[in-house]
Amino acid sequence: MTSCYKMNKLKKDFPIFNNNPKLTYLDSTATSLKPKSVIDKLVEYYSQYSANIFRGVYKISEKATEEYEETRKIVADFINARKDAEIVFTRNTTESLNLIAYSLGREIVDKDDEIVTTIMEHHSNFVPWQVLCLEVGASFKVIDINDKGYLDLELDDIKYKKSNIKNTYQILKKIVTEKTKILTLTYISNVLGTINPVKEIIAAAKKINPKIITIIDAAQAVPHLKVDVQDLGCDFLVFSSHKMLGPTGVGVLWGKENLLKEMFPFMYGGEMINEVYIDRTIFKDPPHKFEAGTPAIGEVIAFKEAIKYLKTIGMDKVREHEKKLALFCLKILRREFGNRLKIFGPIDENDRGGAIAFSFGKYHPHDIASILDEEKIAVRAGHHCAMPLHNRLGVNATVRASFYIYNDENDIERLIKGLKKVEKILA
Amino acid sequence: MSIYSELILDHYQHPRNFGKIDRPTKTAKVSNPLCGDEVELCVKIAKGKVVEAKFKGKGCAISIASSSMLTQYIKNKSELELKNLDKEFMIKMLGIELGVNRIKCALLPLEALKKL
Ligand SMILES: Cc1ncc(COP(=O)(O)O)c(C=O)c1O
Repeated sequence: MTSCYKMNKLKKDFPIFNNNPKLTYLDSTATSLKPKSVIDKLVEYYSQYSANIFRGVYKISEKATEEYEETRKIVADFINARKDAEIVFTRNTTESLNLIAYSLGREIVDKDDEIVTTIMEHHSNFVPWQVLCLEVGASFKVIDINDKGYLDLELDDIKYKKSNIKNTYQILKKIVTEKTKILTLTYISNVLGTINPVKEIIAAAKKINPKIITIIDAAQAVPHLKVDVQDLGCDFLVFSSHKMLGPTGVGVLWGKENLLKEMFPFMYGGEMINEVYIDRTIFKDPPHKFEAGTPAIGEVIAFKEAIKYLKTIGMDKVREHEKKLALFCLKILRREFGNRLKIFGPIDENDRGGAIAFSFGKYHPHDIASILDEEKIAVRAGHHCAMPLHNRLGVNATVRASFYIYNDENDIERLIKGLKKVEKILA
Repeated sequence: MSIYSELILDHYQHPRNFGKIDRPTKTAKVSNPLCGDEVELCVKIAKGKVVEAKFKGKGCAISIASSSMLTQYIKNKSELELKNLDKEFMIKMLGIELGVNRIKCALLPLEALKKL
């Protein structure tokens, strides 16, 4: 466990801990904290070259444009995209998913077609597809989970880990058909923490229907483990800067170049056109075709500092650290509270990320979170934008503690102390 | 100061007027889908005054305590007096400071009252 304490040193890079020395931040699944390098870069843009991009022929506008486009390169490299042009900047994961639903979904999904997703999705990867299906009369199919918090692909734990294309194919064949135009699913659940075998699922889906469009919601994956879009074999992959140490207001849509080229723009306006006449408009090529209007320039520019920070640590180390913390937390929760505390999601730390959702005795999640807050421990209580999943689990709300690089065993020990206080106060 | 004051905890652990009234004059049910909290309020009114008030519900300590205290308060109050009850009254009655998110829990029984 020594490495966790070593990682603890990272806290000094996050100014929020200087301003709130007692803060135990366990809500990185909602949004991460920001290192000083990211904040400094924001200040650099706003104080040194805060011009608009593309339009200016003067020095500071050129500087801003270069910085903005450099982030695109760094993002492309980070997820191993074939080309920089495959990276579209949006506002967040939600916008990226809606963009795909509007620009592609509405073009390719007709009456009697199908869209397949899962019960463990965040609302942002559920509602856009549900609404699209209702509008065009397509059928909306939802893959269930089993009692252990894995996708219900009838694979037991061991098979799940080693799940190969062959048996995933047999099971997926019952859900995905030739009529399935889109398969969209999360890489890591923001509630259960489950890491889905997305590569195997995509391969199996493409075997059933080679024309299927596959979309990965990687909002909880790109911040926490190495993601390689070419290796995964998906068509689209989306995530948010703010969950991976970067600024708010920046999302990423990665898509295969040929698909982005065929798609209609999502919004029309400045920056995204080549020529406009009274009777027609010629759009730019991707990615600019999808970036209408002035984007979050400073935020995109500062986003690259977040990626640089993560690269310096190394994504394998990030994953190792979170796995260790998850294991430690799961163990100690069980030891201290036994059956009084119910953990949702896989119990094997190899199959889960650093988000742990639980219910605790008869205590209401809001009361738990409020009492923890009085101890300066920030956790989340509610349905975490995953109401269908909570209905499936048979609970209205859960408490969720989630970890990132700046957390350590100390934070978890404080959480345990806080939970003991909950029992003391409310029992 | 903790929002889990002695008064709040007392009403949470021993809610007053918990249950249902036989043939109530009015009932109202509200819920907060965000956390699944529910409050069902019923009152018996005679000669323009509340003679009995009860609530049923599930939820957090704050919403239970708030419902319990409100049902105590409204007994013997006129319908006009009920109309005048507002957010500020509720905050004063509870005697605790609540943030933007938790205030919703505290106001759930008031919302039910306004729907009566
Ligand atoms: C799995 C998942 N998908 C999508 C989102 C939405 O992200 P954003 O709010 O940045 O659009 C979240 C954020 O909580 C998430 O956890």
